[in-house]
Amino acid sequence: MPLVPRRQRTYRKENGALAVVWRTKQLTLRHWSSEVEGFRQHPRPRRLHRCRLNTWLGGFLLLAILLAAAASWWGLTLDPNAMNIRERLLPPSRGHWLGTDHFGRDIFARIAYGSRIALVVGAGSTLLAASLGAGLGAWAGYKGGWWDEVIMRFIDGLMAFSGILLAIMLVTVMGPGLGNTIIAIGIANVPVFARITRGVFLTGRNALYVEAAHALGARTWDIIRYHILPNGIGPILVQATVTFSTAILTEASLSYLGLGIQPPDASWGRMLKEAQPQMGRALWSVLAPGAAIFIAVMALNLMGDGIRDQLDPETH
Amino acid sequence: MVPLQYLWRRIGALVVTLLIACTITFVVFNIIPGDPAMLMLGTEADPEVLVNLRRQLGLDLPLHVQYFQWLRSAATGDLGTSIRLGRPVASLILERLPVTASLAVLSMAITVIIAVPAGAYGAARRGRLADYLVSIFTQVGLAIPHFWLGILLILLFSMRWQLLPPGGFVPWSKNPWQAFLSLLLPALALASHRIAQVARITRTAMLDTLNKDYMRTGRSKGLPEGMLIYKHALKNSLIPVVTVAGMQFAGLLAGSIVAEEVFALPGLGRLLLQAIGYRDLPLVQGISLFIAAVVVIINFITDILYLLLDPRVRYD
Repeated sequence: MPLVPRRQRTYRKENGALAVVWRTKQLTLRHWSSEVEGFRQHPRPRRLHRCRLNTWLGGFLLLAILLAAAASWWGLTLDPNAMNIRERLLPPSRGHWLGTDHFGRDIFARIAYGSRIALVVGAGSTLLAASLGAGLGAWAGYKGGWWDEVIMRFIDGLMAFSGILLAIMLVTVMGPGLGNTIIAIGIANVPVFARITRGVFLTGRNALYVEAAHALGARTWDIIRYHILPNGIGPILVQATVTFSTAILTEASLSYLGLGIQPPDASWGRMLKEAQPQMGRALWSVLAPGAAIFIAVMALNLMGDGIRDQLDPETH
Repeated sequence: MVPLQYLWRRIGALVVTLLIACTITFVVFNIIPGDPAMLMLGTEADPEVLVNLRRQLGLDLPLHVQYFQWLRSAATGDLGTSIRLGRPVASLILERLPVTASLAVLSMAITVIIAVPAGAYGAARRGRLADYLVSIFTQVGLAIPHFWLGILLILLFSMRWQLLPPGGFVPWSKNPWQAFLSLLLPALALASHRIAQVARITRTAMLDTLNKDYMRTGRSKGLPEGMLIYKHALKNSLIPVVTVAGMQFAGLLAGSIVAEEVFALPGLGRLLLQAIGYRDLPLVQGISLFIAAVVVIINFITDILYLLLDPRVRYD
C-alpha cells in the first residue's frame, strides 16, 4: 500500500472546522480538525504576504525589463538595426530616448532587443543547467557509492573551469551565436545544481520517512518525486534565480569579448564593446547598456533573496 | 597540525581533480570540434595544408594515443607549441603570467582591505543606517558588471581627472610605481563583485559570532565594546572568510580575462583572446588547462589553510 500523497486539500465545513483530505492512490484519508487534537484550526497564513520592499523593487525592475523585451518583440520600438549615418551619436532626445550610437542606430531599441537576448539566454541556460545538474546530482546522491564518486569527481573537475572560462572554451570550439551561447553558459553552470541536488538526495535517502515509504512498497520514482524532491525545490529555485543573473552577466561578458551574440544583433555586452571607443564623446552610449545589465542582474538578485527569505525565514 | 593521513587523502583528490581537468580540456578541444584542424583552418582550407597540420598536431593518431600523449606532456609541464607564434605554450604563459598574477593579488588585497572592515562594521551596527548602507553597497557590487565599472572608472579617473592611466601596462622592472598605478583601476573593477561577496560573508559570520556565549562573558567582565568586536569577534569570524576568499580566486582569474580586455593589459586573458582570434587551439587549450590547474591548487591550499586556522574542524 504505497502511502503516496497525491493531492492534499483543505476546506472548511459548515461548523467552521477545517477538513484536510489526502487522496492517495488507493485510499482516501480524512481528518476532521475538530476531532484531532492539536490540529490547526486556521488555514496557514499565506506565505507571500511577508514580501519585503527589496522583493517588490526586484519585481518592479524585472517587470521593466520584461516590458522592454515585449515592446521589442511586438515591434513597438524603432528598428534596432536600422542605420542612419546622418543621425550618428545623437544625445538622448524625444525621438531617440537614449540617443543613437556610432551607426545612428536607436540605442533604446537596441537595449530593448538586448533584453530579449538576455532573457532568452538567461532562461535557456538556467533551464539547461538546472535540469542537467539536478539530474546528475540526484543520480549521484540517490545511488551513492561508485556513482557518487565518479559523478562528483567529474563535477569537481568542471568547477576548476570556473564560470566564464568553460563558457569561453565551449564557444571557441562550437562557434559563437545564440544557441551555442546558451549551451555553453548552461554547461558552465551545471556543477552548482549538481552539488545542491546531491546534498538534498544524500540526506533524503537516509531519512526515516523515505525508509518508511520504501518499506510500504513505494516505487523508486514515487519516492523521489513525492518524498525527496519537494525538499530540494526551494534551494534549487533560489539557485536558479542566482544562475539566471550570472548567466546574464556571463552572456554580456562573452558578447563583450566578441564571443557571444554576433553583430548586427544587439546584445548589451556587444553594445558596450562597440560604444567604448566613443565613450568620451557619447557618454550615453556606454551608460545605457551597462545600466541595463546592472538593472537586470540586480532585479534577479533581489528576487532571489526574497524567495530565499520566504523559504527559510531564519537566515535573516 | 594537519594529520598526515588526511593530507595524503587530500593530495590524492587533488591529483584526481587535476587529471579530470586535463581530460575535460582534451574532450573540449579534441573531441567536441570533430576535426580540430578543420576548426583552425576553416572549411575551405587546402587539403594538403590540412593533412600537414594534422600530422604536426598528432591528430592522425588514434584518439586514445593522443589522449595519453596529452596527459604525459601536460604532467611534465609541456603544453604543446603555439601554431601562430611557433613557441612553446608554457613559455608564452610564463611570459604573461606576472601581469595577471599581480592583477589578481592586488585585486584580492583590495577586496580584503575593503570588505572585511565593511562587513564587520555592518554587523557591529546591525539594523542601523551604517548596516543598511553596507548592504546597499553589497547589492550594487554584486550586480554591477565589472567591465562596465572598469569603463566608468576609466571615464572618471583617466579621462576627466587624468589621475591614472586609462590602460596598458608598465612592467614592474621598469617602474614599479607606474606598474602599480596601471593595475589600480582594473584591480578595483575586478574586486567589486568580490568585495560585495566577502563583505556579506563577513557580516553573516560576525553576526553569528556576536551571539556566542563568550561575547556575553567578555561584555560582562567589562571589556570595551570596540576591543570585543574587532579583536575577539572578528578573529573568530575570519575563518569562513578565508575559505570564501580562496574560492574567490577562481572567479578572479576568470574575471581577469575580461578586465584585461577592458584595460588593454598584456596578461594571460589577453593572450587567450588573441589565441581564440587566431584559432590557435594548442595555445587556447594550454592556457585553459593552466588556469584550471591554478584554481584547483589554490583551492587545495585554502582547504589546508582552513584546517591550520581552525583546529576544531574534524578530519573526515
